[in-house]
Amino acid sequence: MLEIKDLHVKVEDKDILKGINLTVHPGELHAIMGRNGSGKSTLANVIAGQESYEITSGDILYNGTSIISESPEERALAGIFMSFQYPVIIPGVNNTYFLKAALNAIRKHQGKTELDAVEFLKLIRKKLAVVEMDEKYLHRAVNDGFSGGEKKKNEILQMLTLEPALAILDETDSGLDIDALKIVAAGVNNYRRDDRAIVIITHYQRILKYLEADYVHVLINGKIAKSGGENLAEQLEEKGYSWLDN
Amino acid sequence: MKTQNKTIEKVTSQDYQYGFVTDIEQDTIPPGLNEDVIRLISNKKNEPDWLTNWRLKAYNNWLKMNEPDWAKVDYPKIDYQSISYYSAPKDKSDGPKSLDEVDPELVKTYEKLGIPLEEQKMLAGVAVDAVFDSVSVATTFKEDLGKAGVIFSSFSEAVQDYPDLVKKYLGSVVPYTDNYFAALNSAVFSDGSFVYIPKGVRCPMELSTYFRINAMNTGQFERTLIIADEGSHVSYLEGCTAPMRDENQLHAAVVELVAHKDAEIKYSTVQNWYPGNPETGKGGVYNFVTKRGICEGSNSKISWTQVETGSAITWKYPSCILKGDDSVGEFYSVAVANNFQQADTGTKMIHSGKNTRSTIISKGISAGKGQNTYRGQVKIMKNAENARNYSQCDSILIGDQCSAHTFPYIDVRNPSAQMEHEASTSTIGEDQLFYCNQRGISTEDAVSLIVNGFCKEVFRELPMEFAVEAQKLMEVTLEGSVG
Ligand SMILES: Nc1ncnc2c1ncn2[C@@H]1O[C@H](COP(=O)(O)OP(=O)(O)OP(=O)(O)O)[C@@H](O)[C@H]1O
Ligand SMILES: [Mg+2]
Repeated sequence: MLEIKDLHVKVEDKDILKGINLTVHPGELHAIMGRNGSGKSTLANVIAGQESYEITSGDILYNGTSIISESPEERALAGIFMSFQYPVIIPGVNNTYFLKAALNAIRKHQGKTELDAVEFLKLIRKKLAVVEMDEKYLHRAVNDGFSGGEKKKNEILQMLTLEPALAILDETDSGLDIDALKIVAAGVNNYRRDDRAIVIITHYQRILKYLEADYVHVLINGKIAKSGGENLAEQLEEKGYSWLDN
Repeated sequence: MKTQNKTIEKVTSQDYQYGFVTDIEQDTIPPGLNEDVIRLISNKKNEPDWLTNWRLKAYNNWLKMNEPDWAKVDYPKIDYQSISYYSAPKDKSDGPKSLDEVDPELVKTYEKLGIPLEEQKMLAGVAVDAVFDSVSVATTFKEDLGKAGVIFSSFSEAVQDYPDLVKKYLGSVVPYTDNYFAALNSAVFSDGSFVYIPKGVRCPMELSTYFRINAMNTGQFERTLIIADEGSHVSYLEGCTAPMRDENQLHAAVVELVAHKDAEIKYSTVQNWYPGNPETGKGGVYNFVTKRGICEGSNSKISWTQVETGSAITWKYPSCILKGDDSVGEFYSVAVANNFQQADTGTKMIHSGKNTRSTIISKGISAGKGQNTYRGQVKIMKNAENARNYSQCDSILIGDQCSAHTFPYIDVRNPSAQMEHEASTSTIGEDQLFYCNQRGISTEDAVSLIVNGFCKEVFRELPMEFAVEAQKLMEVTLEGSVG
């Protein structure tokens, strides 16, 4: 589904990613860990098409075709979703209205009929229940005045509603209380399917207790320094990143 | 970061879509202004002596005045002697009785604008008084209105048919001594609309006029007068677009509203004149308008709603004088300054009656190199017991080369007044656009989503069909200009 080949990325003349290789198949869940500033969000943003990053060499394939010259919106319509490490506030724009616009843009792209307000409300109520969010959030402006944890839950709500094929979750588990962490994990498990893939960027092994990761990768100095199973996360928790430095 | 700016640039650099010139022969007098020109205008319109003299007094007053320079707008000096002060379509003499009789070129012009008169007539049930340049060439629905006793006609016709009403109210709200542009308008005004709603009548339809500037170097000096007699109600819609031109076109209109006891006037404007070349700012319309209403009687109400997306320069402060006790004034405004546009707009609420209330909601949108200024005054006079005002001024910036300014002046002379003021400034950032894009929403849709969200308190004040048009206009204005 996703194939990253020897990817080199620069930001403002600084090399951040220095040869990333990663292959994700449908049904898989990959976790990516790494120090602050190691380039995890950079990787997520580059996959999503954020234009301030410059790809100097390498390629990103999605379902077999290169996407690096596609716009963020084309990638989103094709089924790539990113849960933002810092979800963006859009004042004045109603949360429901935003999500409905997004869903209908995607449905239109897929050749499906657009949902009207009633149909959409029916759908969104089901999704709200999964993340245990109150309906009142629908009527507030997108992320405006949301607490850190509420924003993360809102990202999961969007993922569940838009039903992308590939979900990249950038620290969606950071800043959550114990209950919220369980809810977010439940949301991810609810989303998970054989034909969908998940890449989760995290600092903590605890979310992996609720999710079954097929692979754990450690990003160091712009490269994947080590890959393994869930036990790699446990080892890291114990020994720290210096264990992999050399 | 470079790529970020590019998106914003793309987003704010759209060409004016409604630029074209209609090919209709014009009956135009040579440029220049003096007493003879004013007499000529008055004579061409077959006006009574009192009106000719009124124009001359206004002219002599104007000569003594100076062009105001306090607004935050910047433009080359206007040469008033290079402007032609009168122009009328040639086929005017035998005036059309129905749309079929209207010059097909004109009808085509409206069709290009997406507002064909026929459709207007059939679909919206709106009476249309189309002002083409300076003279009205089409008036419809007159009969229906006539049955209700409503007078809705061109200003020139009103001068002939209802001289007493015109004489009584002309200049009663905006005297020719009021300001430089109002004085000029009073001297040379060409035509406009006249509305009178008799006692207790609820006007059976929205009244609408489409203004259009079309003659090269012909300043437009519209005069509108709306009188709502006791207990009456009227909603008036004004909308306009203009063809692309290289010369700057001066527009100095005057609108006067009079609301008697228990009467209500709702005046809505969607203004989309040529804003100038998007790359150089050249050639746009200068819009210097004086709009003022008086709540003469107790319990009367005047509500201004404006969506200003066009013009190179907008200088406009629709105001309310709240004279009657318990009267209400409202001002809802969306003003866009894109590319090189400069907008200095706002309102004045003058409270002199007891228990008078006013509401001001202003939304300024700046994009490109646009400069947007809100300038408002709330004045509570000594005898205005228990006056209340609520003001909210919000600005949104698209890109980093535009600016927004807010100048609220408050003058309270009665201690019982309750004043509330809120203000905010926000930006449409690349991060917001990326967030929307990442969810599958195009940049253009994202901007209109954000802008419409920002403007919704104002849009919902517009009559239904106008709200849709305003929303579309906003998209067109910022589109590509925002995509
Ligand atoms: N727009 C930018 N301009 C300058 N430097 C940037 C920019 N974006 C990222 N960087 C730099 O790139 C490096 C990688 O950042 P990135 O956000 O990818 O790290 P991360 O692994 O996600 O860190 P964290 O765990 O703290 O979220 C950092 O040193 C960061 O300062
Ligand atoms: Mg990060």
